[in-house]
Amino acid sequence: MHSHTIAALRASLARPGLEQAAVRLPLGHAAADLCLKGGLERGALHEVFAGPGHEAAATGFTAGLAARVAARKRLLWIRQDFSALEFGELSATGFLEFGIDPERLLLLCVADAAGALRAAHDALSCAALGAVVIEIAGRPKILDLMASRRLTLASAQKTVTTFLLRFNAEPQASTAETRWLVRAAASPTQAENWGHPVFKAGLVRNRHGRTGEWVMEWSCDEGLFKEADRGAVVSAPSNRPVAAARQAANR
Amino acid sequence: MVVAKVDNALRLSAVDRKATFLGLVIGQPLANARAMLPALTVVAANEPDDLKLLTRIADWCDRFTPHVALDGPRGLLLNVTGAAHLFGGEQALLDRIRESLKAQGLAVRGAMAGTAVAARAFARYRDGAVIEPGEEAQMMAPLPVAALNLDHITTHAFRRAGLKTVGQVASRKRAEMTARFGTGMVAILDQALGKSTQPLSPRLPVPDYWKEQGFAEPIATEEVIRATLRSLATALADVLEKRGEGARRLEAVFFRADGALRRIAIDMGVPTREPAVIERLFREKLDTLADPLDPGFGFDLIRLSASRVERAQGEVADFDASIHEKADIGFLVDRLATRFGSQCILAFQPNDTHIPEAAWLAVPAQYVQAAKLPWKKLRAPGDAPRRPLRLFTRPEPVTLLTALEGSQHLRWRKVQHAVAQCEGPERITMEWWRHETPQPARDYFRLEDGEGRRYWLYRAGVPPQWFLHGVFA
Repeated sequence: MHSHTIAALRASLARPGLEQAAVRLPLGHAAADLCLKGGLERGALHEVFAGPGHEAAATGFTAGLAARVAARKRLLWIRQDFSALEFGELSATGFLEFGIDPERLLLLCVADAAGALRAAHDALSCAALGAVVIEIAGRPKILDLMASRRLTLASAQKTVTTFLLRFNAEPQASTAETRWLVRAAASPTQAENWGHPVFKAGLVRNRHGRTGEWVMEWSCDEGLFKEADRGAVVSAPSNRPVAAARQAANR
Repeated sequence: MVVAKVDNALRLSAVDRKATFLGLVIGQPLANARAMLPALTVVAANEPDDLKLLTRIADWCDRFTPHVALDGPRGLLLNVTGAAHLFGGEQALLDRIRESLKAQGLAVRGAMAGTAVAARAFARYRDGAVIEPGEEAQMMAPLPVAALNLDHITTHAFRRAGLKTVGQVASRKRAEMTARFGTGMVAILDQALGKSTQPLSPRLPVPDYWKEQGFAEPIATEEVIRATLRSLATALADVLEKRGEGARRLEAVFFRADGALRRIAIDMGVPTREPAVIERLFREKLDTLADPLDPGFGFDLIRLSASRVERAQGEVADFDASIHEKADIGFLVDRLATRFGSQCILAFQPNDTHIPEAAWLAVPAQYVQAAKLPWKKLRAPGDAPRRPLRLFTRPEPVTLLTALEGSQHLRWRKVQHAVAQCEGPERITMEWWRHETPQPARDYFRLEDGEGRRYWLYRAGVPPQWFLHGVFA
């Protein structure tokens, strides 16, 4: 490349305001997108914690987020070997029904959390990948602040978004951009057409905005999140002070 | 002297030079030998260990040619066609092999000839000889019939007929021989006389191309090993590029100065010849070896060989970014496969069956081909998913309980969940043409509990039993 082109690029990078304008992809859920200032940040680390017994819901929620952020690129899903027995194997037909093309999915089985993190670092250096989901059960010691910082840096380098899907674990200090606490939400009673993926998603940490809790429905046809149509909002996010939500998260 | 049990009697299976001098021969019963020489030292034969030693010698011989075949209990056949000039000619190569093996404390006999049968015969009766092509018949004539290494009965029959040397046998009419001993014996005779040849079946698959680097002074440091691999990869890439090919499998063979040998192979999803890619994959592999490469006193030869060579399109200047993307993903898959094993990185493919757990296959992403079948959605637009996101490989037995007030409960993994909604059944019958005994049909139900968790259950068998097969998001 010519030196003046590089200089021009450097100048454009140095322009103020550009570094804040990270690419954000809207989830589709209006209130959540407002809180997230337009959507989920690309090339960052996001954490999804499953409520106890709600691992499948968290799987679906993470799959939805990853599919939104990755756009048309492929997804790499890293899971531990025993996870198939404990929480169920990821099913290709399940993803198809969920509205995600199984051809886009790559599945990596590793023995332990250390292997998962190593694989994630390999994968994050591949810009052709849209998102990496690291599914980890329990609280391995290796997954500390240092590990999350390294994931954040690696994600930012090639703009590959990382999702850390945690089962049977409590939130701890990390450098994640957002942290979600996900449970399944009940379908509207006495409805003819029930069983759509509905989540009670709590945004308990947001580095660049407010937090909140919403009931979201994943639309399998359109491939985006939307308000659950029964109108039952668990808490009004705009009125809720950030501090209170933070406390709730740290509790 | 070594004995082994043959035909229910202890017979000599190997004798050393001194014993031969005293008149002992292989195949003699131990009792006879003891009668001749009461002060014999006898060792029991250990065939597995002999084979191990022979395999190690074969490994060592790999440095001369990749065509090394095991021959019987104590022989090796090397096809050195086109390799001899690298070691200073045929005689020099043969002398080098014999001297090196002798220096390692082995008793060696060796010869070189146009066919395997002839070489085997000359090794036994003309140790160290190199027979020029066309001279086999003449040189073979004075050797005894046993040199043909035929079975015991045939050899004995020749001896009784008064045919003592190969020359005498060869002088008989072919038709007579074939009528008496069959075509197999005549084929062996032809090979011994150099009239026909039979290819060796090598011990290991022979690579398509290889490059090697020998060292006068054994090397041991990591940097030199890596630099060598890089230069070998570059040399190999030149060859592959000239032919428009790429390798799917590369193997690095490290020959240690003390005769030990280590093979390290990497597999690739697409035919590759990029030296940078190859070097990186090898670095990955060497970093993650469970038992690291032990240079000991150093390696004196490193060989890089390419096998499973396929046609590879040249680097086409393309305007479509998706091709680059595909190559990047392919490289990532190769890296992960090198580190974790190719069975760990999987891609999904549709399968033509309606059985839920078999409707898709998780195949190694390195070997995945474009799917021939389309993915078929089961739900209509606007409907909820009909198949769960997570499926249990082994459906878990559950119980459905009905409480007094009529409400139902699902008991799974020792926890009770109140059933809020339920839909079913969706009957799935098993494929009767696949199983000998008929499998019971399954009635699937979708269930939602009070907290909104959605399950996929089925009922099967007589009396009906409930199983939890998957969980919806």
